[in-house]
Amino acid sequence: MSAPEGVAVLGVGMHPWGKWGRNFVEYGVVAARAALDDACVDWRDVQFVAGGETVRNGYPGYVAGASIAQALGWQGAPVSSSYAACASGATALNAARAQILAGLVDVALVVGADTTPKGFLAPNAGERGDDPDWLRFRLLGATNPTYFGLYARRRMEVFGATQSDFAKVKVKNARHGLHNPNARFRKEVTEADVDASPVVSDPLRLLEICATSDGAAAIVLSSLDYAKSKGAKAPVRIAAVSTVTPTYPNTVIEMPNFATDSAAAVALPERTFRDSIAYAAYEQAGLGPQDMSLAEVYDLSTALELDWYENIGLCEAGQAERLLNDGDTTIGGRIPVNPSGGLACFGEAVPAQAIAQVCELTWQLRGVAGERQVEGATAGISVNQGLFGHGSSVIAVR
Amino acid sequence: MTKPKVAAIEGWFTTGDEPKLLASRGATTGSVFFPKSLAFSRNPAAPAEELEETTLGRRGRVWSWTTNHYQPPAPYISPEPFVPYTVVAVELPDEKMVVLGQLAAGDDPDTLSVGAEVELVLGTLFEDDEAERLMWNWKLV
Repeated sequence: MSAPEGVAVLGVGMHPWGKWGRNFVEYGVVAARAALDDACVDWRDVQFVAGGETVRNGYPGYVAGASIAQALGWQGAPVSSSYAACASGATALNAARAQILAGLVDVALVVGADTTPKGFLAPNAGERGDDPDWLRFRLLGATNPTYFGLYARRRMEVFGATQSDFAKVKVKNARHGLHNPNARFRKEVTEADVDASPVVSDPLRLLEICATSDGAAAIVLSSLDYAKSKGAKAPVRIAAVSTVTPTYPNTVIEMPNFATDSAAAVALPERTFRDSIAYAAYEQAGLGPQDMSLAEVYDLSTALELDWYENIGLCEAGQAERLLNDGDTTIGGRIPVNPSGGLACFGEAVPAQAIAQVCELTWQLRGVAGERQVEGATAGISVNQGLFGHGSSVIAVR
Repeated sequence: MTKPKVAAIEGWFTTGDEPKLLASRGATTGSVFFPKSLAFSRNPAAPAEELEETTLGRRGRVWSWTTNHYQPPAPYISPEPFVPYTVVAVELPDEKMVVLGQLAAGDDPDTLSVGAEVELVLGTLFEDDEAERLMWNWKLV
């Protein structure tokens, strides 16, 4: 397979993250209209709508593409709705991109929106004895932060990471997100603040685990020819979308599983699942980590951000703390990570999150990110992973 | 009257003095799966292989652990008041897989380390009107 020519990001838009207590469709409409305005595209000209699904908002959430198309005013375009947990947005983006690359449509709208309850994400209600997501809560008390805690402790034991290293990730991201108008938390955080917050899943504290938020993000995606017809001569382009699943045997424990695959009978794959996510994107784009100007990674916890540095090839295994402490991943450093402020400043609005990452890449590559601008950015990568084996990584270039 | 002790989930582990996790094994490749599934092999190289019931080794080594200090949402059934508990990820040497479980009551999580040897035991997960519901736990050897 050769690297596809790419598709254009014609417009991006978001509804600010927060706890607004309204219906997810309202946020989705705000984000979609912002993206359409940014693209100078009339909604009635959109030829395909791809929605990121949310399971928490009942039936309208399951058919998010249609729910938001209806809210914008039916205009006949075909829709799709994608569920891949935290990676839903990338799956939706890829559905739209495939339509464009196949020549079936010229311009598409990708949108994800969510309304989240307070506290831990919990499984669907009812007695669900054959649902591993229900069983892990019932039989183990294995919340999402439980898995984050396991990874964090493992980093400390194997690589000698410290709780101070983890806290510094939060301090960095809080500073990055200070001036981001779409971020929910815009406040400096010190290491002492992190230390003073209660332990949730040891060694991780409350300020190191991402909150759940309401929010929405949208992208207008088009063919390069359509972009040209709209006067966008050098638009940001999507050079790769990776939505890989694991390769058997997957031997790293993951939500919502009780156990990993067994490597007794089949040798380990060349790369771990998390390593394979960005690798597939680099292969597709014909680019490597050295070509990236910035990265948006899925910091569900502070410690997990450090894992991602290694998974996306910014450094060797065990070197992430050094990269962080040398300032390489701070804005102004060699490869700023989460200049948006990341989940640390946003909290998670599940189906919107992977789309929001691409919005940030777009603003950075256009050079309009204001006080959080990464100077001279030419290429950026986003990476994310959804429950049940969903990888997600996008490379955008200009 | 003492309540009967029954497994909190049927078909996942044996009870008795030397409890074991119930798994399935592919008759052709020897691939092991937990929880047990006899319907199909998840080894993509052997889609047609027959599956038979097997048990997993009772001893393994700690891969990682975490102690939860916040009460999880339902369907977790929590004692009142909430008691923090530790979840341990354990590597089984023969099966080359990692299996989660809560740390056995009485073991101190501060004494855990990666590589420490643990053994499968049973503990009470919760009690309802009919029975004491048992789950497997990992206990330091």
